[in-house]
Amino acid sequence: MTIAKQTVGVALAAAFGLAAATATAQDLTVALGASVTSLDPHFHALGPNNNMAQHVFNNLIEQDANQRLVPGLATSWTAKGDDTWVIKLRSGVKFHDGSDFTAEDVVATIKRIAWVPNSPSAFTIYTKAIKNVAVVDPLTIELKTDGPYPLMPNDLSNFFIVSKKSVEAPTEDFNRLTAAIGTGPYKYVDYARGERIVMERNEAYWGNKPEWKKTTFRLITNPAARVAALLAGDVQMIEAVPTADIAKLKQNANITLAQAPSNRLIYLHMDHQKPVTPFITDKAGKPLDKNPLKDLRVRQALSKAINRDGIVERVMEGVGVPAGQLLADSFFGTSPNLKPEKYDPDGAKKLLADAGYPNGFTITLHGPNDRYINDGRIVQTVAQMWSRIGVEAKVEALPWATFASKASNQEFTIYLVGWGSGTGETSSTLRSLLATFNRDAGMGQANRGRYSNPELDKTLAEALKTVDEKKRGELLAKASEIGVRDVGIIPLHYEVSTWGLKKGLAYVGRAGQETLATEVTTAK
Amino acid sequence: MTVFMVRRLMQSVVVLLVMSVIVFLGVFAIGNPVDILISPDADQMERERAIKALGLDLPIWEQYFVFLANAARGDLGRSFVFNEPALRLIFERMPATLELAGTAVVMSLVIGIPLGLYAGLRPQAATSKGIMAGSIVGFSLPTFWQGLMLIMVFAVMLGWLPSTGRGQVATFLGIKSSLFTSDGLAHVILPAFNLALGNAALIIRLTRAGVRESLLQDYVKFARAKGLSNQRVVGVHVFKNILIPLVTVIGLEIGGLIAFAVVTESIFAWPGMGKLIIDSINQLDRPVMVAYLMMIVLLFIAINLVVDILYSAIDPRVRLQDVKG
Amino acid sequence: MTAPLVTLVPPPKIETPFRRLVSEFMESPLAVVGLVVLTIILLVAIFAPLISPQNPYDLAKLDILDSRLQPGSKSMDGMTFWLGTDGQGRDMLSGIFYGLRTSLAVGVFSGICAMMVGMAAGLAAAYFGGRVETLIMRLVDLQLSFPTILIALILLAVLGQGIGKIILALVIVQWAYYARTIRGTALVERRREYVEAAVCLGLSKPRIIFGHILPNCMPPMIVIGTVQVASAIALEATLSFLGIGLPITEPSLGLLIANGFEYLLSGKYWISFFPGIALLVTIVSINLVGDQLRDVLNPRLRK
Repeated sequence: MTIAKQTVGVALAAAFGLAAATATAQDLTVALGASVTSLDPHFHALGPNNNMAQHVFNNLIEQDANQRLVPGLATSWTAKGDDTWVIKLRSGVKFHDGSDFTAEDVVATIKRIAWVPNSPSAFTIYTKAIKNVAVVDPLTIELKTDGPYPLMPNDLSNFFIVSKKSVEAPTEDFNRLTAAIGTGPYKYVDYARGERIVMERNEAYWGNKPEWKKTTFRLITNPAARVAALLAGDVQMIEAVPTADIAKLKQNANITLAQAPSNRLIYLHMDHQKPVTPFITDKAGKPLDKNPLKDLRVRQALSKAINRDGIVERVMEGVGVPAGQLLADSFFGTSPNLKPEKYDPDGAKKLLADAGYPNGFTITLHGPNDRYINDGRIVQTVAQMWSRIGVEAKVEALPWATFASKASNQEFTIYLVGWGSGTGETSSTLRSLLATFNRDAGMGQANRGRYSNPELDKTLAEALKTVDEKKRGELLAKASEIGVRDVGIIPLHYEVSTWGLKKGLAYVGRAGQETLATEVTTAK
Repeated sequence: MTVFMVRRLMQSVVVLLVMSVIVFLGVFAIGNPVDILISPDADQMERERAIKALGLDLPIWEQYFVFLANAARGDLGRSFVFNEPALRLIFERMPATLELAGTAVVMSLVIGIPLGLYAGLRPQAATSKGIMAGSIVGFSLPTFWQGLMLIMVFAVMLGWLPSTGRGQVATFLGIKSSLFTSDGLAHVILPAFNLALGNAALIIRLTRAGVRESLLQDYVKFARAKGLSNQRVVGVHVFKNILIPLVTVIGLEIGGLIAFAVVTESIFAWPGMGKLIIDSINQLDRPVMVAYLMMIVLLFIAINLVVDILYSAIDPRVRLQDVKG
Repeated sequence: MTAPLVTLVPPPKIETPFRRLVSEFMESPLAVVGLVVLTIILLVAIFAPLISPQNPYDLAKLDILDSRLQPGSKSMDGMTFWLGTDGQGRDMLSGIFYGLRTSLAVGVFSGICAMMVGMAAGLAAAYFGGRVETLIMRLVDLQLSFPTILIALILLAVLGQGIGKIILALVIVQWAYYARTIRGTALVERRREYVEAAVCLGLSKPRIIFGHILPNCMPPMIVIGTVQVASAIALEATLSFLGIGLPITEPSLGLLIANGFEYLLSGKYWISFFPGIALLVTIVSINLVGDQLRDVLNPRLRK
């Protein structure tokens, strides 16, 4: 081994002392956990891409750390009559190239969103309610809709405004940075795809200027490597700290952690539709003549058998909140009457017996293994808990690449999945997961179990037409109650996101799970 | 020789076609890319629009013929994920990968051949036994585990080397590479070493086996009897004999290092081609997968060609018409 | 013409070659140690269900409340976890016994199958040449350029999860390595005098291939074989690490290590350390035995 040692030794000596970073106090390096695939803010409605765009572009309406709406490029938004929203724009805002921000840029942006070619997931979902944009004066626009549309402000908080000069710029021009002209607190200065994104502070920014003159985002997708990079001091901040490492990092004197409950619910989705469902059999492996999940008592039993505190405590290592409804209690449209289902294995057994399955059955629980925090471990734990009430549970954890299509083709009987509410309120969750599937009305698009409850549909439809905030909140809460009490889905927990920072830095965690350099400050 | 090359080239085209068919069918079997790429908030109409925009609404054979028609014009398609030409994405990752693979091969040869020669020439020595036992450890550790340990020891505990990523790039003789800066070199050491360990172990073992065998061959005995120096016997006669298996294996491993250093590139956040292919597979970015794998087929065909030519150069007993296959 | 035949081709096996083999094998104490350890490991693997304190593959036997316990801790119902538990409350000791069984099955079966397929293909290519060789070698090219991950993912999507599918994936991946190596060696052997002699004697093709060329190609094959069994086990670990390996409820050693990987920085060393040691010992002993076997079987190293 002598030669090997020498080689390594020489190499190490050559490198010794060169590794020290040349960062100054004005610079920040952040490690991201998921790939940023494009700097075009309208190409792909994808979390990591939006996360970058948020530094360089502004929305008309911004979401604060708790996803409440606050003024962005719009200073006010009011509903006028049944089908019009009047938006007042901020004056004195300049784009990075020095040109003024006006109503024309908003019109251009909405046009560009519908135009961007080859988009695998377009932002038109946030602009499709806008039937017409009228420019009243350079700083006022009116948005026309078909009938009352109370969610307009939420939609306006989900797409970024670009300069009218970029209206016909293809995605490549944004990736080359030539078209990436925004109004945001940062400007892109370098983009090495798959490796790093470098930004510089926009000294002419209209809002609060960030503390860091230069910010580098590095891509480190492996969680352990990300933690190691933080420990080694190569980066000052990382996102998505693995739950397993949190306890140890808390004891580390050089590291601080920031945490925030997220808008993501982890839940079990069930087949409510098929008369005979493929992955439930009797204990001998023969198919049952009917789908037990159509029986409310069976669904309740499966829910009661789950020890949510146990999952949060042991699997999530305390980093999570047991869930009793569609979003954590602090969000808009949630119901104060819904609490996490109590762990009650005996009650579950009794319900199963009442439903005609005193000896349980055999079930296969599917789940992804690379998508949500500890997803593979959660499905095993749920299966473990079900086996305690006589439901013999098998587990199949698949990579998202193949899981997503199988789920979408309705091949599973029951599976674990997550839902993050981009609008920060329950209507997104209700209409996607629990509303009756209706292609033309755009309802229930993720309701792959085809749950259907006319009462819920009616309440939700009413809520979606109610502009009055308080009343809408109550209706959404009522719809949530209907869906959750009928066990349309089985909520497990809300994810809590964790960021790791160098000691001396502070970050206000965000419900949307974004990692924003603008919100990183030197702790006082 | 020319006939040999032309025939190889024609066969390669067939291999490329077969590969592209397999990838098309494979992706079709794994899942629908739109299910991976689409925002969960998108409704059914948007999903249908996206499927159409990506050309996935056509029957699979039609999609394939569209691909073939474009490929004939040199266009291997645009990435679903990046909205950039697939070939551009691959080429922009290539320098990083070649740096890493090249450094790893050099490391594994520098470590492997001397140790293997030593162990082969003195099979009974305790050092040799130590080398052999050590080499086993080299390939029995899973690379992801070994990689993280290297980071923990050399970056976190000792702080000698940067933990992850690629260093600064400089241009030298028109070539852009991070190997020309000290920062870049510091960054490449750990991932390259991680890749090199397994191969070094294999090279040690093959070298030793070859040496031991050739020492007993008549021509080596004859060379010794002729009174040639030990140095010359080992350096020329023995060394030549171990080259055939060594060249084969190194050929295979170089290809693997370039194409599929997936785990090492993930752990060390190295922006290379391996990272690109795993991301593309995970997102079912079919245009990139097809283009990538076709490039890799070409690479392996080229490597095998070189290996076959080297065979006949190293060992006159192998003639090129023998390896015309 | 007969003289080189006598010296170069293995002597006709009339005496007891097995006894000679055993005595030559015993010459290396290290190999004997390897053999003993390997025997113990095989016994543990075979009798895992009988000697394990817990059935780690039965979810009903696990309790999440027992998860991540230190070595030596007691379970809720009084059982002692000598090597601690993993994130699911699985007894590490039982997990390692069962994992050994799974890993060895995966490594050995895929190794043997891949070697047989690869050897047949490589020899055929080298001996027949022409179209056969072209076809086989281009298949090798195709195979080597195809990422393992993609093969595993396609098999997973089409056939579902399971140990059989992983073995199939590994065979598909590895046969090409054998084929290519044995062809390289066989090309050289084919030109040697003893083969010409055999051809002159009018021996049948299969007899020349299997009786004469094959034994002389064996040394590098055994090197690659022992390495490949080890790398099959490690590759399975890597696939598991990437989430496309074995079912997570039936962990192999590799999957145990991959799961423990998540806990490496957390101070809960036992979750990946003990399976790692078990994997290391297994692979080292396979290779010690393999090395000695190679030397003993090598016709040219024979005294």
